[in-house]
Amino acid sequence: MMYTISKNLKLTSIILMVTGFIGLTYGFLAAPSNYEEAKKMYPEYGNSTNEVVKVSESSNDKLYIAQHDENHKEHLLHKLQNRPWAALYVAALFFFFISLGTIAFYAIQRASQSGWSPVLYRVMEGITAYLLPGGIVVFVILLLSCLHFNHLFIWMDADVVAEDKIIRDKIGYLNIPFFLARALFFIFGWALYRYFSRKFSLAQDKANDIVNHKRNFKISAAFLVFYIVTESIMSWDWIMSIDPHWFSTLFGWYVFASMFVTAISVIALITIYLKSEGYLDFVNDSHIHDLAKFMFGISIFWTYLWFSQFMLIWYSNIPEEVTYFMTRIEDYSLPFWGMIVLNFLFPLLVIMNSDYKRMNLIVSTVGIVIVIGHYIDIFNMIMPSAVGDKWFIGIPEIGGFMFFLGLFMYVVFHELQKAPLLAKGDPFVDESKSFHY
Amino acid sequence: MDNKIVRALYDDDDTLLKAVIEMKKNNCIIEEVYTPFPVHGLDKAIGLKETRIAIMSFIYGCIGLTIAILMMNYIMIEDWPQNIGGKPSFSFIQNVPSFVPIMFELTVFHAAHLMVITFYLRSKLWPFKESENPIPSTTDDKFLVEILMTDTKDKLNKFLKKTGAIDISYIDK
Repeated sequence: MMYTISKNLKLTSIILMVTGFIGLTYGFLAAPSNYEEAKKMYPEYGNSTNEVVKVSESSNDKLYIAQHDENHKEHLLHKLQNRPWAALYVAALFFFFISLGTIAFYAIQRASQSGWSPVLYRVMEGITAYLLPGGIVVFVILLLSCLHFNHLFIWMDADVVAEDKIIRDKIGYLNIPFFLARALFFIFGWALYRYFSRKFSLAQDKANDIVNHKRNFKISAAFLVFYIVTESIMSWDWIMSIDPHWFSTLFGWYVFASMFVTAISVIALITIYLKSEGYLDFVNDSHIHDLAKFMFGISIFWTYLWFSQFMLIWYSNIPEEVTYFMTRIEDYSLPFWGMIVLNFLFPLLVIMNSDYKRMNLIVSTVGIVIVIGHYIDIFNMIMPSAVGDKWFIGIPEIGGFMFFLGLFMYVVFHELQKAPLLAKGDPFVDESKSFHY
Repeated sequence: MDNKIVRALYDDDDTLLKAVIEMKKNNCIIEEVYTPFPVHGLDKAIGLKETRIAIMSFIYGCIGLTIAILMMNYIMIEDWPQNIGGKPSFSFIQNVPSFVPIMFELTVFHAAHLMVITFYLRSKLWPFKESENPIPSTTDDKFLVEILMTDTKDKLNKFLKKTGAIDISYIDK
């Protein structure tokens, strides 16, 4: 059966994009263009340092403090100017991660030749359609950062690097040409797999043999190797390098767990939506049950990684590592702890019960909570280093979220229209249809 | 006639499952089924009540978590206050990250062990317990269904043969 996008959905996605765009534009216009404007927004800022100037006597100190004060001014300005960029970047990255997590889930299903999931292949392929456009958007934002339109990545600033020995030592890896080349290579590699797996999947529908299925199996296995290496490096590049002094060895896994659980939740949400529209009659509640089990399990896996990272840094208490969590606990207390409730406690307690994993209403509620929780997770990764304590989930952040949500919906549901919703040529499709728990 | 038992032997789990469903349709009263391994879907076909062991597991986990919290608080904070990770705060809540692994392990430990013990008690299994299998081959490759004799021998024979039974016997109980 072919899917046709409903008028309401199309309209919703366009409204989301337009409102989101207005929100983002407002964010950019409201950001201060010079220090005077920034000072107006935060009148109390900088007063304390002025008092220090009066106290100090020696000319050397005065010079130092004057310069220090100048740095503070610039710092405040940069933080406030970063805010709309960071809002844009967090949302762009978050929705890109949904399709990046889905492509990993899809490749795992293909490589493991699983019998339960082929009825969901078309839904997953629909979500991964956003991989290329989403990747291009993220790449453009990174490119603009490299061209110094914003100060998200301070290691891109030659003046900062000149004064900073730690960043100077990393310059062999953290330099603009290599950074952009890596980003291009990763996006190209992911999109290439997506292109071929989709092509073979569609070709399999019309084929009499299973050559395409076997090809898909082979490229999926190879892709998973490529994916876990590139995904890990991507997380250092695009997220960890915002904090160029700080590092964590399990960061790649942590980001992966976050995008993976979001992706599975979105697969469940879209499946439940399509079912409620009268499509996907071959998807039964055992398929939803399996997706919910994954949501439950990967939520716990995410918490395990989050806690492992947190506890080791908390315990060892090394200054350059522990600042990462200190800024988050002091300035981001609500999103930092709130995220644990949304991403761990809520799914743990609500979908622990086996019967609840088969109820569409409960699974979709938990799915929405997980999606919001992991948006906050990405928010917590980017914002503290980009805007410091000058954060707020306001018009630019919500606008960015709405814009990319609209774009994501538009791309995904358009792709779903292009092919039958059942991958009927898949050799496991009958097993999948009669799958029951 | 009521206290006579019919034993139907099967040699395939799929045939057994179909036979059990067929028996249920014909209102046979199934006393017991012996299988060498768990047959998927058999519990539902016989109409067994759903197990409540999952609820017990949750309760046991909560008990384990409570024990862990009380134990760590007593050992590390009250009885012999420890300087944990260079932070001599001597407060449970400030040191809780270092207790989380123990809390997790004891939760899993209690849930798993007490669940196994509960399962054994509920199934009346203990060391040196005599086997109840009427036919030893049901521990190897045969499947046995015991039903109450609620019909004549001929009719039952015909019916059970049709469901794929390889051997049928009648005993008093």
